[in-house]
Amino acid sequence: MRKKLLTIGGVLLCCIVFFGALYALSRLVAPKYREALIEGHLTGEYYDEETDHDVLFVGDCEVFEHFSPVVLYNEYGITSFIRGGAQQLVWHSYYMLLDALETETPKVVVFNVLALKYGAPQSEAYNRLNLDGMRWGGAKIGAIRASMTDGEDFLSYVFPLLRYHDRFDKLTAEDWRYWFSDGEPVSFKGYIMHTGVKPATKTPTPPALSDPRLPETSMAWLEKLAALCEEHGITLVLIKSPSIEPYWYPEWDAEIASFAKSRGLRYYNMMDGSETGVDLSTDTYDQGQHLNVIGAEKLTRWFGGILKEEFGLRDHRGEAAYDADYAALSVRYEAEKQRLSEGME
Amino acid sequence: MHFASWAFLLFLAVLVPVYYLVPKRIQWIVLLLANAVFVGFAGWLGAVFMTVTITTVYAASRGIDALILRQRKTLAAMKATHTKEERKKTRLRFEKRRRAVLIACLVVNFGILFVLKYGAMIGKLSAELFHTREFGADLALTMGISYYTFSSVGYLVDVNREELFAEKNPCKLALFISFFPLLVQGPITRFETVGKALLSPHVFDGRRFLSAALRIAWGFWKKLIVADRLLVAVLALCGAPGTYRGGFVLVEMLLYAACLYADFTGGIDIAIGVGELLGVTVEENFRRPYFSKSISEYWRRWHITLGEWFKRYVYYPLSVSKPMRALSKSTRRIGAGVSRRVPVYLSTILVWALTGAWHGSNLTFLIWGLLNGLVILASEELKPVYARFHARFPRLTASAFYRGLAVIRTVLLLSSLRILDCYSTVGEAFSAFGSLFTTWNWGQVAAGIPSLGLAASDYAIALMGVLLMFAVSMAQRKGAIRERIQRRGTVASVCVLLLLIGTILLFGRYGFGFDASKFVYSRF
Repeated sequence: MRKKLLTIGGVLLCCIVFFGALYALSRLVAPKYREALIEGHLTGEYYDEETDHDVLFVGDCEVFEHFSPVVLYNEYGITSFIRGGAQQLVWHSYYMLLDALETETPKVVVFNVLALKYGAPQSEAYNRLNLDGMRWGGAKIGAIRASMTDGEDFLSYVFPLLRYHDRFDKLTAEDWRYWFSDGEPVSFKGYIMHTGVKPATKTPTPPALSDPRLPETSMAWLEKLAALCEEHGITLVLIKSPSIEPYWYPEWDAEIASFAKSRGLRYYNMMDGSETGVDLSTDTYDQGQHLNVIGAEKLTRWFGGILKEEFGLRDHRGEAAYDADYAALSVRYEAEKQRLSEGME
Repeated sequence: MHFASWAFLLFLAVLVPVYYLVPKRIQWIVLLLANAVFVGFAGWLGAVFMTVTITTVYAASRGIDALILRQRKTLAAMKATHTKEERKKTRLRFEKRRRAVLIACLVVNFGILFVLKYGAMIGKLSAELFHTREFGADLALTMGISYYTFSSVGYLVDVNREELFAEKNPCKLALFISFFPLLVQGPITRFETVGKALLSPHVFDGRRFLSAALRIAWGFWKKLIVADRLLVAVLALCGAPGTYRGGFVLVEMLLYAACLYADFTGGIDIAIGVGELLGVTVEENFRRPYFSKSISEYWRRWHITLGEWFKRYVYYPLSVSKPMRALSKSTRRIGAGVSRRVPVYLSTILVWALTGAWHGSNLTFLIWGLLNGLVILASEELKPVYARFHARFPRLTASAFYRGLAVIRTVLLLSSLRILDCYSTVGEAFSAFGSLFTTWNWGQVAAGIPSLGLAASDYAIALMGVLLMFAVSMAQRKGAIRERIQRRGTVASVCVLLLLIGTILLFGRYGFGFDASKFVYSRF
């Protein structure tokens, strides 16, 4: 009997050590997204939020590099968070919102329509950037199922070691430093700051469209997104953030405008700089694809005015919890702006 | 469903408990259903071919069995009333009819195999020769067909030889033919052993379960850590025969030897381990082959079941067949030695030609088979020379050094022959091998190895893997290693198992971006 108990105990101990080691190794080899590909850290940062938000932005790089929640609060008292990610496709955005609805119900959801050009999963790498940081639940499961490309398997999302085991020989100091700690956020409520200036000098020459319509799949997801917002009493706002590439075709624009009209939604095409004040000869860090902090702040100021006037969002300034939160964030925001402006970017 | 897939592990995780929980009398039915699921996953065409094999082999074996029974009854009845000559005539008549049934069944089954293996090649050749439209380009071997066809044919021949009674229940025969662990790359089994073990009831045994799990884990370890890693470099080397010459060819030969060993023995370990999980003992296919001191010894230790099959069903019957005996007799006047050698030589050459052909339709395989046969026959002829050498230097030839040299010589020789497996044409293979002696480029080799698609860490891991495989083989000389681990207790076994699993999870080449689905021998 004693021998049997010892054996069971020994086996249990082996298993505990084994699974403990696997967990530790899994954390070690998983990308940390702290110094390179920091967009991968965005999804997880949402869960550190202690206050709720009136506005949630969902979409791709044209939201997380084009809107500054700090400016939105400091100038209009609007609380917001950007649940955006690199090449975040429309179904990613749908599930990001579904996930957020578990804990809060924003008044307005702003969706950038550029991602609608993709009707099918594009790349495993972008799936990982967007989904790895999501907390487990129905939304994450749905997002994974909707996003997997050929060769991907669900199990590797559950056990990241199965995906990242081949990184054991590519580990960097970052992996060891953030092995068991997440460290400071890389964003400012989902906004990633860039301060460089690289003007847009060329006029895009887009290839002719073989089909002028946006993919049916992505439009179906947009329908679902609209229905989800409607179901929760949220106002969905569609936007097209300013950029010259990827090219946004007039045919697509007309289709979105028509969709918005048919669903009673507001659609703002912000490509015209004379309205927003964004000047792509100074306000972009990569020749017109994304905005730098000057452009993002201009765009946020303009859009904040619309949010305030058109959707009657409350000014939360003066409310202790928000003030404290945004004051601390503003300090970090300004420090980062200073650091980057000093040429450290 | 491939061995190296989560689906397969899930399949086993469901099957094993169900198999041991159901009443023992229906265990074989559970297994049959599992086989059907496994075959079904591989595609409907494979299922159709397998059904044809099961149906024809069942019908033929039952037909032959009935003929044997009638033959016995008839001969018994004739014993008192007929002469010996008349009884012999009757026996021969029955045997002729049995042979006709046997041959008809062999034609169907080998016919399917032939069409699938050679259809594309014949189509291409005919298009080139007769300028017709190419046909059969999409013909491909379905899962396990080379293996189950051989096992089924072996069973049928055994029935005809009256070594076995034909199985009366077609489902039980189907269970033997379609036993799923053996469908990926064998081994080729016999109904006498595996077929009967499949039908016996099995009780769960924790010790056996752990032993089987160890073997499966070791198989995956070899496949995912060593074989799939080295395969990247091997494919790079084989893929550019014009670039990689001279020293690169030697590197390729050695890497391929290690890769093929890890891949094939790994797959067989998984197959045998899965059989063991289900309480079924499957024939061993390897006995530390790279420790062989001659090519003929190597072939007794590598892919044993294929060698045994050819020996049992081709070599022996052929070497004692009527035409062969007649040929031997007719050469007697040239000399007793020649007469004695003719059946052996011809049978050996034929068996090796067939072995080569079994591996594939490419001419390289046929040449590879024939060269193996020639080397074996040459070794036989040189035996007296070796004997004289051994007698002259008894201390040297008994030394570990000499034995080691013999082992290295054998590995180099078989690796040289295997070069034919790496290239698409015989010319490319011979040219590459020839460059070993004409191109002295070791500087380039040292500089070129890092550009073969593997990082330094990959080479380090592969080297550690090869050393571990070598150490395990050395340890196996003193007895089964799993038994020795298990003698140290359950905790020790679990530790080894978890260590194997852990290292596979960390260092294995699997998951997104890797293709671990194929075993080299699954294409044969």
